[in-house]
Amino acid sequence: MSAEPIIEAEGLTRHYGDRVAVDHVNFSIARGEIFGFLGPNGAGKSTTVRMLTGYIQPTSGTARVAGYDIVAAPVSARQHIGVVPEEASAYADLTVWQNVMLMAELHSVPRRRRIERGAELIELFGLADRREQKGRDLSKGLRQRLMLCMALVSDPEILFLDEPTSGLDVASSHIIRDIVIRMNRERGMTVFVTTHNIEEAGDLCHRVGIIDQGRLVAIDTPQALRGSINARRSVEVRFADHVVAISDLIDTNAEIVPLADGFRIYTPEPGRLAQELATRASGRAIRIASLNTLAPSLEEVFLHITARAEATEPERARADAR
Amino acid sequence: MHADTFPRLRRQAHAAYVIAKKDAIIYYLKPPVISFGIVFPLFFYLAFAAGRTVPTGVMVPGIVAMALFFTASAIGPLVTPWERQARTFERLVTSPASLEAILCGDVIAGMAFGALLSLVPLVLGLCLGAQIGNPGCLLLGIALGALAFSSMGVLMAAPPTNAPSQIMMLSSLVRLPLIFISGVFVPHADMPAWGQWLSPLSPLSYSADLIRVGFGGAAYFPVSLDLAALMGFAALFLGTARYVHRLTRDWAH
Repeated sequence: MSAEPIIEAEGLTRHYGDRVAVDHVNFSIARGEIFGFLGPNGAGKSTTVRMLTGYIQPTSGTARVAGYDIVAAPVSARQHIGVVPEEASAYADLTVWQNVMLMAELHSVPRRRRIERGAELIELFGLADRREQKGRDLSKGLRQRLMLCMALVSDPEILFLDEPTSGLDVASSHIIRDIVIRMNRERGMTVFVTTHNIEEAGDLCHRVGIIDQGRLVAIDTPQALRGSINARRSVEVRFADHVVAISDLIDTNAEIVPLADGFRIYTPEPGRLAQELATRASGRAIRIASLNTLAPSLEEVFLHITARAEATEPERARADAR
Repeated sequence: MHADTFPRLRRQAHAAYVIAKKDAIIYYLKPPVISFGIVFPLFFYLAFAAGRTVPTGVMVPGIVAMALFFTASAIGPLVTPWERQARTFERLVTSPASLEAILCGDVIAGMAFGALLSLVPLVLGLCLGAQIGNPGCLLLGIALGALAFSSMGVLMAAPPTNAPSQIMMLSSLVRLPLIFISGVFVPHADMPAWGQWLSPLSPLSYSADLIRVGFGGAAYFPVSLDLAALMGFAALFLGTARYVHRLTRDWAH
């Protein structure tokens, strides 16, 4: 990954009438990075992608994609990107091959190159034996794979994926994730992906931005985001023989979640607690099957951050009114 | 001029060609569309001419102009609403094709379809004894007429809707009245005064006039006015379509 930014947004804002869909969003994405954009429904994820891909114009603020201003030179910027818009579809009346070639021709990919690359991609996405099948005859998962082929046939520097695995079967989701990672590693392709699947973002992305009510409320690596919430760190203990009441081991007011064969205890100091649990269990001859300290899941981080943003919204409104 | 201007224009011209090809495959080259394009104007005209003594020299230019008008403007109004409905429009707009290239591609497809299908009544007319008096005017009448009518279709597709039925209604409301004020059924000289006043507002009047001259008939407007008006209408329709698209691109969301 290079430090050179390939996508930069500065004060990016979009209004729909009185409603602010995206509110002064700033971020910078490095060349070769996989960047995940998370947020609840209606948070402004798709609107941000639509601005970055030049489909709609920002109300204010600027963004540069592949070195081009998306307002002043949207067509030049689009020459360097591949897009899989949310809920968009391939042409139902064109065959798989015709759909891929259409996009290659729109990107002015030379004839020989587009035929080679198209054949490579439909093979890679498991569509080679459906080459002459029309778009209308494909299942949702296969259509989404076709959309990826269409986006990748021009070998874009940047790939925008808006909810690429939403509602897909496990196999299609897996193929899409694997190929995105492979394109990133082998070709250095930058990927901007919006998703609801938080754990997927954690596995796939180098960095994650969380947008809520149009505002970017957090941006960091998944590991750093997980580490940012001390209160959601925990210790998970599983017993070998039978479940022991936690009060038999320690006195604590911490949040405890019972498991089938043990407990998860939330604490800002998981190391100290784990040590204490091991010592006491050993003293009482209780056999422990496993004892782990856990960072919060990205889902917990997401819920924590968006809940905090919601809680501070009335304060913001009061401040705005002043 | 910027050094990148010509390569950029070439790329956009190629994109317009690709879009026209896509439109032809998906929307135009369908048996029902082709049959409609041939049969509808023919029967429409015959319904008017039945029982009346209409000389071939009047009938053939009228049918050719009608066929051109109906076919060139028939599908254009529906392409964008269909694409919005099928959720393929956003994909197209986020490709490197500019809005102008997309609109030009749609116009080229409608134009080619209209011009090609108008050859059917033209050849039929020649077989029935009609004669070409001025091939240049005939060719320009068909080519520029196809351009203006196709551009009109593309303008009708610009409102931000993903319901093709709404545009179909608008299209019929606009296109049918134009036939009656364009000198296709009734020669301009025989029209009532209000018809003669309204006739210059229809692009079909100028195309029909040129086609009539092409078949050796008399011109109602000066030929230079016919040419300028058709080019002016095409520019006006395309410019307005571009403006409406830019203004309302995201209203359909």
